[in-house]
Amino acid sequence: MPHTNTQDTLVGLFVAAGIASLFFLALQVSNLSSFSRGNTYEITARFTNSGGLKVKSAVSAAGVKIGRVKSISFDSKTFESVVKMDIDAQYSTLPDDVTASVYTAGLLGEQYVCLDGGGSDDYLKNGSKIEITNSSLILEKALAQFFFKSAEEKKSSSDDKKGNGKK
Amino acid sequence: MIKFFNYLGATTRASFTKLGRATYFLIGILAGIGSVIVRPRLLLKQLHSVGVLSFLIITISGLFVGMVLGLQGFYILSRFDAEETLGVMVAASLVRELGPVVSALLFAGRAGSALTAEIGLMKATEQLSGMEMMAVDPIKRIISPRFLAGFLSMPLLAALFSAVGIIGGQIVGSGLLGVDVGAYWSQMQATMDFREDIINGVIKSIVFGFITSWIALFEGYDAVPTAEGVSRATTRTVVNSAFSILGLDFILTALMFGDN
Amino acid sequence: MDNRNPPQNSLVSVHNLTFSRGQKKIFDDISLEFERGKITAIMGPSGTGKTTLLKIIGGQLFPEKGTVTVNGRNVHHLKRDELYTLRKRMGMLFQSGALLTGMNVYDNVAFPLREHTQLPESMIRTLVLIKLEAVGLRGARDLMPNELSGGMARRVALARAIALDPMMIMYDEPFTGQDPISMGALVLLIKSLNTTLGLTSIIVSHDVQETSAIADYIYVLSEGKVVGQGTPQEIQQSSSEWVQQFMNGAADGPVHFHYPAKEYMDDLLFTEKTLFPRKRLIGGKSTTKRSRY
Repeated sequence: MPHTNTQDTLVGLFVAAGIASLFFLALQVSNLSSFSRGNTYEITARFTNSGGLKVKSAVSAAGVKIGRVKSISFDSKTFESVVKMDIDAQYSTLPDDVTASVYTAGLLGEQYVCLDGGGSDDYLKNGSKIEITNSSLILEKALAQFFFKSAEEKKSSSDDKKGNGKK
Repeated sequence: MIKFFNYLGATTRASFTKLGRATYFLIGILAGIGSVIVRPRLLLKQLHSVGVLSFLIITISGLFVGMVLGLQGFYILSRFDAEETLGVMVAASLVRELGPVVSALLFAGRAGSALTAEIGLMKATEQLSGMEMMAVDPIKRIISPRFLAGFLSMPLLAALFSAVGIIGGQIVGSGLLGVDVGAYWSQMQATMDFREDIINGVIKSIVFGFITSWIALFEGYDAVPTAEGVSRATTRTVVNSAFSILGLDFILTALMFGDN
Repeated sequence: MDNRNPPQNSLVSVHNLTFSRGQKKIFDDISLEFERGKITAIMGPSGTGKTTLLKIIGGQLFPEKGTVTVNGRNVHHLKRDELYTLRKRMGMLFQSGALLTGMNVYDNVAFPLREHTQLPESMIRTLVLIKLEAVGLRGARDLMPNELSGGMARRVALARAIALDPMMIMYDEPFTGQDPISMGALVLLIKSLNTTLGLTSIIVSHDVQETSAIADYIYVLSEGKVVGQGTPQEIQQSSSEWVQQFMNGAADGPVHFHYPAKEYMDDLLFTEKTLFPRKRLIGGKSTTKRSRY
């Protein structure tokens, strides 16, 4: 059989290029490198509304990603959204009185959980609950409020005008 | 009218018979894989003719597909002032869909048709029959190594296609159109998930490699042993592979990304 | 059918074999004996399934009825492994040669040795050169199959068939499409291999002269039956009209020149009247249904 060294080399190059591409995709393109899933601890927060938050959404503190949303479930007794999060074990000194808020990255971007504030000497640990939460801002509600407000303002200002006119 | 139903019945029956033969053939191939592992030289030779010879077409096509995605994506995304997410768009389309699907289609056209023609010609020139008479099982000796080579090459080729495409997208996006290189990569890394996107893409390409190699080898083995029969079998390989790849792609996509 | 050969001296025996392809009966209850160490020829016109017979003996096709025994074993009752073991001792020379096109002459001859033995490469080289020398093509070892002439390809295939030192060789139309010189070379080779290696040879052929020259015993087949058998001399003097026509190559005889058809005159008139009925009415303008195709 005509097996040559060149052939072997070419096959070797091909396989190496293929495997290198797989590594490239894994490490350079996806987020495999940015977040090690080995050591994490779990914390829970309850929101009256978690909005468009999804499993695997980011959890960040001061803009740095420190974990991911693990699960989102609905508590039918309290009508609250129960969000469990995995936080990277290296961030082990978060005060246990932080505020968890659901924010949106940009106007149309992904929603994420932001942890901020707090000054307690006790730290969050596995199974901790975050007491203070801010729910997601619902665009429709916000707009409705805005329009309602501006309508009221208009009304009151026009009332003023009318009053002025009478005078 | 009766003639039409007769024809319909006969055709349906013939296609089921063919599927049965193909399944039986596949079992034979899989049973022969063990003997290939004992003789890696056979596999190496086929990896050369299946993988290495598809290398160039896959790399060049990947580069161009990535560049086109970069261009098209840029113009669409710039309408929403979201050019920074170009990396996400290019990577997601390549890794999830275009990488596995287009490289499988190219593979069927380049390596699949060559396999069918080779096996069909071996059948037409009595080489397979002659091998049987020399007490050498042609499925073990000829078919299984080719199958294994196709099956192993496909994920590598698809990964290569995606990787080159992403780089092509970057060349156009940040080189020509001025998207920030850092944004291109960081947005991509933030959005693309290893398990969800990369692994699913690899699974797809493994399935496509399996199905394409199976179709190509079976069509060759089942070809009418004449020049015309072999040329028809080659055409059928490309057509059937394309249908199977696209059909399976829909099913796999629904299974993998459907519940999100 | 009388069995003139004592069965214990037969290497291959075919008993009451029936085989059909679709509706057509290729073999209809035939019995053949192939003696050890002799050259037995099966002759007959094209399309009488002579190649099919070799494939049945080789265990590639299964008969509907009847048995085939090779070296005392029923070929079609063997398990796959046993059949493969038996096939290592059965050489077959295909009409096209069936050389593996991906490798050169040397590797083709070495192929069965490499597949079936664990011999070191130096020993394989010696064996391959011996076999190539036997067919006179030791100098052609580096050529690829597509660089060989038809006769050379068959000789290489012959070298490959004897690589494992089989007990028998089946030749499928070894003389077809050969120029007189290669034909002569092949005749000589088959004869000398038979005598020097003590091979049992089965030749399937329709080349009367060459086959008669080397065969010890001849069966003549037609329409699934044995129509004549005996030594070449006996066959030459056969009283059967059919055998005479075949051996002498007459154009007409019991086998007609024309394929069965209805009367010639009727056929011509039929076309005129029924296929183009309106042609005359319209006057040359062929607007009949058929003309669309």
